[in-house]
Amino acid sequence: MNNLQPVSQRQSVASIVGVSKVYTLGGHQVKALNNVSVEFQQGDFVAIMGSSGSGKSTLLNVLGCLDRPTSGQYFLAGQDVAAMDDETLSRVRGRYLGFIFQSYNLIQQLSVVENIEVPLSYQRPPLPGGRERCLKLAELVGLSGRLGHRPTELSGGQQQRVAIARALVNNPHVILADEPTGNLDTATSHDIMNLLDALNRAGRTIVMVTHENDIAERARRIIRLRDGRIESVSETRPLLPQVGIG
Amino acid sequence: MNLFQQLRLGFRSLMLHKLRSALAVLGILIGVTAVIWLVAMGEGVSYQAQQQIKDLGATSIIVRSIKPAEESSRDVGSRFGISYGLLRDDYERILTNVPTVTRAVPMREISREVRHREHFIDGQVIGCTPDYFGMNRLKIARGRPISQVDMQGYSNVVVLAWEAAAKLFPIEDPLGRAVQLGTEFYVVVGIAAERTAAAAIGGSLDARQYDRDVYIPLSTFRARIGDRVFTVRAGATQLETVELTQITAVVEDMGEVDATADIIRALLQRYHKNVDYAVVVPKELLEQAETMRAMFNVLLLLIAGISLLVGGIGIMNIMLATVTERTREIGIRRALGATKGEIVQQFLWETVVLSGTGGLLGVLVGFLCGPTVNGIRQLVSTFLPEVWTALPPNIRNLEPRLAPWSIIAAFGISVGVGIIFGIYPARRAANMDPIEALRHE
Repeated sequence: MNNLQPVSQRQSVASIVGVSKVYTLGGHQVKALNNVSVEFQQGDFVAIMGSSGSGKSTLLNVLGCLDRPTSGQYFLAGQDVAAMDDETLSRVRGRYLGFIFQSYNLIQQLSVVENIEVPLSYQRPPLPGGRERCLKLAELVGLSGRLGHRPTELSGGQQQRVAIARALVNNPHVILADEPTGNLDTATSHDIMNLLDALNRAGRTIVMVTHENDIAERARRIIRLRDGRIESVSETRPLLPQVGIG
Repeated sequence: MNLFQQLRLGFRSLMLHKLRSALAVLGILIGVTAVIWLVAMGEGVSYQAQQQIKDLGATSIIVRSIKPAEESSRDVGSRFGISYGLLRDDYERILTNVPTVTRAVPMREISREVRHREHFIDGQVIGCTPDYFGMNRLKIARGRPISQVDMQGYSNVVVLAWEAAAKLFPIEDPLGRAVQLGTEFYVVVGIAAERTAAAAIGGSLDARQYDRDVYIPLSTFRARIGDRVFTVRAGATQLETVELTQITAVVEDMGEVDATADIIRALLQRYHKNVDYAVVVPKELLEQAETMRAMFNVLLLLIAGISLLVGGIGIMNIMLATVTERTREIGIRRALGATKGEIVQQFLWETVVLSGTGGLLGVLVGFLCGPTVNGIRQLVSTFLPEVWTALPPNIRNLEPRLAPWSIIAAFGISVGVGIIFGIYPARRAANMDPIEALRHE
């Protein structure tokens, strides 16, 4: 959590420029994203909102390097990833991105600590201090007492905490969260948002898709999509004057 | 991930479905065990055959009388029956005309009932010379063999084979007592030691049993029993005239065997109108046995290969099911940075764990081949003695011989099968679209 930088020198960690995504469904061309440009800065906490079919999932897939845009550019860590091949994209995901899913998506046959460890096994070259890092993160998300448990032995909130720890283990540039509270009750949702908020305050860049207004309001900026275009960008809270990345 | 972690992950993923994985392992286990057992049996059989052939002597050439087909016998329709086979003249001719032959041993053999009081056996009466015992490595356990004096004196003496002695004299000491052959009585002068069966001569590799033989001097055989023998075949009595059943010629060096056999063949051909004899070279039998063994092994490997193939298909089936079930996991791993290659690797390791476990267990069960055969042998001989005695001695005496190469090959093939049959499911897993895979329920 060092490496502090003044706001004026704040870097853009990810930016998409003029991105369009066209699907062909049953002979019809559907424009899921239509010339979208967004810039995400270090320490940003962005909520992407929109009705279903607005293109928010497609935007998250493009941001997550799971999908390639039909046209446009996507800069991540200073490289244009829009034109990368499958293997390089996998490496980029493993190195620069962290994922949090609505349904947690833990691997059932692995324990808590092993689930946190999964992204580390795909690092080339390997990151140093793997196991200790996992233990520290488990402690950070409040699960150090349950390291050996299987996902089925945990509550939904606990599973999502494991997923958050997993999303942090590779020290990503951007954390992408897809409806992180979608399967949780109000109280647990609140806890999870507090955790994400704390991570953001510590300098993490978070991009979150949600359709719940109260959840979106916990972010600093809200981007609303409609029919594949950005309808509005609103700022709920300013960025912290000083951020670092840990 | 290092090798150990990969294997551990594979093992734990397989433990998600214990029964299913166990069944797949069983398929491979059976295949590997089949390879090892079948090869061990084959090796055992061929070892036995080779030993038997070696017992016949690698430097000997065996000439045997063979009854020709009815129409071609020497004097068809003769009221004296048929006459065929080797002649005493043949024996003389071989001994005097073939320079490489150092020794020749004639022999005459018929099946006869042998009696001692109320005990009797269907024995093989063998008229032989003193040389016969040494030639066939027959050891005399007690008493003495047939001697030259017996030959010259046309003595009514007999040497009993081990089993014949035991059957005819369950209680008394046979030495010095008399046994009855037809109408004649013979004094027992010796008992031959137990001897394992030898390969038969006459082309086949069936075992020749020595245990019910009774040996009398060849001269006595000719004088008392004669060349003419009544046989009953298909209800008709037939008179057969045979002078000698077998002549064994011995050469000095193994390199002379083939040439000498050719000369003997040529010699016999000149004096015999019909081919009523067979020239058998044990050395050739040995070579035949080698060829047979190779063919046998190929056949066994084919069978075993099929069972491994079936096991492999079982593994592929299970891995395809696994891949479909774990689509979500594949999507997660892809999102978290796994490349297609790493997904392929993961699932390949999983199949290798599956087939490797089957292979290892198969090798372990393979080692149980000897004890299992012994166990079965004991069970059958204890509870089904009739079945046991009816079995050919080759099977009764079979000792499986584990072949190291078969163990290594079976294990290697099982792992290879795992890799080959794992490639398709693993590739299918890797080629999934991560977005679709993550959405999969």
